[in-house]
Amino acid sequence: MTEKFVGRSVPRLEDRPLLTGQGKFAADVCFRGQWTMRVVRSPIAHGTIKSIDASAALALPGVHAVWTADDVAHIPPIPFRLTGLKALEPYRQPVLASNTVRYVGEPVAVVFADDQYVAEDAADLVELDIEPLPALTDATDEAGIYEAGLTTEPSVVRKGYGDIDVAFRNAHAVVSLELSVGRHTGVPMETRGAIARYDAARDVLEMHGAAKVPHWNRDTMAKMLGRKRDSVQLYEGHVGGGFGIRGEIYPEDVLVCAAALKFKKPIKWIEDRREHLIAANHSRQQRHKIRAAIDADGLILGIDNEFFHDNGAYMRTHAATVPDLAAAMLPGPYKVPAYRAVGHIRLTNKTPCGTYRAPGRYESTFVRERLLDAIAAKVGVDTVEIRRRNLIGKTAMPYTLGLETLGTHIVYDSGDYARLLDKALAAADWPKLQTDLRARRAKGEKVGCGVAMFVEKSGLGPFDTVRVEVKATGGVEVITGVASIGQGVETVIAQICADALGVDYKTINVIHGQTDRIDKGMGAFASRVTVMCGEATRLAATKLRDKALNHAAQLMQTSADRLDIIDGDVVRIGGGPSMPLSEVARALPEGLNAEDTFESAHMVYPYGVHVAAVRVDPETGGVAIERYVMAYDIGKAVNPKLVEGQIAGGLAQGIGGALLEEFLYDDSGEPLSVTFADYLMPTAHEVPPSTILITEDAPSPLNPLGLKGAGEGGTNPVGAVIASAIDDAIGIPGAVTVLPVTPQRLKALLK
Amino acid sequence: MSEKTDITLTINGNDHAIKVEPRRTLVDAIREDCGQTGTHIGCEHGICGACTVIVDGEPVRSCLMFAVQAAGKKIRTVEGLATDDTLHPMQQAFMDHHGLQCGFCTPGFLMLAVGVLEREPNISDDDLLDVLSSNLCRCTGYQGIIKAVRAAAIEMRGK
Repeated sequence: MTEKFVGRSVPRLEDRPLLTGQGKFAADVCFRGQWTMRVVRSPIAHGTIKSIDASAALALPGVHAVWTADDVAHIPPIPFRLTGLKALEPYRQPVLASNTVRYVGEPVAVVFADDQYVAEDAADLVELDIEPLPALTDATDEAGIYEAGLTTEPSVVRKGYGDIDVAFRNAHAVVSLELSVGRHTGVPMETRGAIARYDAARDVLEMHGAAKVPHWNRDTMAKMLGRKRDSVQLYEGHVGGGFGIRGEIYPEDVLVCAAALKFKKPIKWIEDRREHLIAANHSRQQRHKIRAAIDADGLILGIDNEFFHDNGAYMRTHAATVPDLAAAMLPGPYKVPAYRAVGHIRLTNKTPCGTYRAPGRYESTFVRERLLDAIAAKVGVDTVEIRRRNLIGKTAMPYTLGLETLGTHIVYDSGDYARLLDKALAAADWPKLQTDLRARRAKGEKVGCGVAMFVEKSGLGPFDTVRVEVKATGGVEVITGVASIGQGVETVIAQICADALGVDYKTINVIHGQTDRIDKGMGAFASRVTVMCGEATRLAATKLRDKALNHAAQLMQTSADRLDIIDGDVVRIGGGPSMPLSEVARALPEGLNAEDTFESAHMVYPYGVHVAAVRVDPETGGVAIERYVMAYDIGKAVNPKLVEGQIAGGLAQGIGGALLEEFLYDDSGEPLSVTFADYLMPTAHEVPPSTILITEDAPSPLNPLGLKGAGEGGTNPVGAVIASAIDDAIGIPGAVTVLPVTPQRLKALLK
Repeated sequence: MSEKTDITLTINGNDHAIKVEPRRTLVDAIREDCGQTGTHIGCEHGICGACTVIVDGEPVRSCLMFAVQAAGKKIRTVEGLATDDTLHPMQQAFMDHHGLQCGFCTPGFLMLAVGVLEREPNISDDDLLDVLSSNLCRCTGYQGIIKAVRAAAIEMRGK
């Protein structure tokens, strides 16, 4: 394959419609005669529903119906998509609460009306009589009663290898820490939305506004509503950001579909921002008690970690995914001869949780890197030196960790961690940076720097299928089962197809997120699209190229090995008349197309290093990031500019979790962060310019292009590195134990 | 509350005669009544800026203005930026500098930046950063947006 487009920062195919206001986001989907759905949500964190009186709402002109749990009693709770443990099943969320409400924001009724304004008026008129019960808001408290026979600790994640007790018995010293990560989440700029309509003529239920995993959601929706798989179709339009939380099946998706079937009217639901902040998946909240056994040089002999994962009020589609990943990915890039993780999955009366960009790893990287800093302090060596001593060497690759997650064995496929550390430190001009900061500290400034390292995972299988077709009318269509959440899927897949087939990437139309266009699909999560769909595209396009050349050879009365495809034309090597691919397609009754599947049982593991320098204002407790360097080895960058975009955007979200974003609750379970005025996301002021180093030192051996996914490395270690830099700035090793480091917390540390 | 009033909204030079309740927000009227869905709703309380449009030359949060307040005023939305197939320098700069990913906040940023630069073409980099920090983006980390707006400012000054 000649690389004409792969590896180049070509402009995105997605941009023009988005720049000219021609995007089609969920709220832009409208059908004639549609009704609006508005959700009535519990104002009580934990309580018993005594009665729901909808009479005043129903009396309002323009209101068609109000549903409560009785109206959807035939619909089962929402099932698990990943890491579904049997023990968690009783904790799944019903689409409407029946007897008990378990968090503020839980759907208890829905109103159907002519338009949004009427629907909101009516929702306010639905009277709820809910008798409060004591609310559980802290996952580290003693486990309580969920309901008769069930505790608030449904399961414990246990992972490990080696003899941890021996490791601690032989230890020269033990380092122990207690660390917490705050509750925050993806918060895409587009809120959720779902529009369902039932086409009686075809007996097809359609849901628009799908994202992330349309095929799984289609199959699940069909099962939940008792319909044949092919009689439910999901359609993804433009999606205003995903980050893990958007596109899972939520109660509202099921409700619009059930209502469209019942009322035979298109039903539209668009979430408002307050709803989003209390109803869409939260993430990240964990408290870890970690201990390391070390030898005299600071080499790790064993790590023992117990943690509490606050999953909120229900187990949603991700089930045990986040605590499982936290436990499985904690060892990171270091040699850890013995390891034990015990993760308590806990339910509280807060918004239910799911994955958020670098799920489990933002948390466990914070914990592990804090531990490495603490070991450095204990042994009396530099934070960089302690990492160097413990890194897994290049020659140890592929490295079998001895742990499993997401149904796969963790095997680091390739990597040269020490080399990337060198490159990152060189890019940050580390010795000079340290000297400069030391000089400023001597003059009284509170400035400091830190380093954090991590291993990411990406390219989750088990498969992706792609069909490539040369249209008889010109152009190429690539039909995939993945999804686009704004990351540039169309461009990247087109680049790979273009090189494999021999056409301009601009002539390629990439289809994603349409369940009626391809039978199976895995969607977009776990930084899997470029790896899995990219390789499937390369396989299918290569097959198509061979097919095209063979047919063209007959039409052009020559042999295939004397032909090439350049810029969409089949040309004779050495010159002579050529033939457009579309003409070959027209000559074939079955058309010119090919399909192929890429299967992979293992994930691929990119790795990275972040370096940060910060300035602390002791008066305000504010933290300004002065310098930020990110080095990320992703094996092969298909479009470096888009990779940079992923990393830079990931950093902004990481900074949010490190310094600003936190869902707070009072003791009664009342959420305190329900608007953008109290849930603070980074603006252009808080996100600094950064230096991004994309390296390709360790291509993955698991796919021919060497691809690894780039989506989560910008976020993963940000909490860790900022904590380290703040410690350095205020001169208190190990000071930061809680994220986010808000001004209040930092001021408390300085007292 | 639900009594409707006849108003005319002038969006990108086109008149839209619509009937709205007094409480209807400008952004809902632009999107639902006038069918111009390029302007997006991100928070409905004036913080994220996804709904920013230009009203009589000023960038405005259209979720914080009632439609009736905009009657008779000149409204510009993202749909009016390009001339036929030629992108506005701001749109082109966003494309050139990877100033967008999912594209949801983009119309708001475009209208904010265009509105400010038309009034204040020589705005300093610091002031520009202040202006851009009034809108939220969740994908890009802002650096592409800042680069794009600075590049477009130079381009717009040259015209």
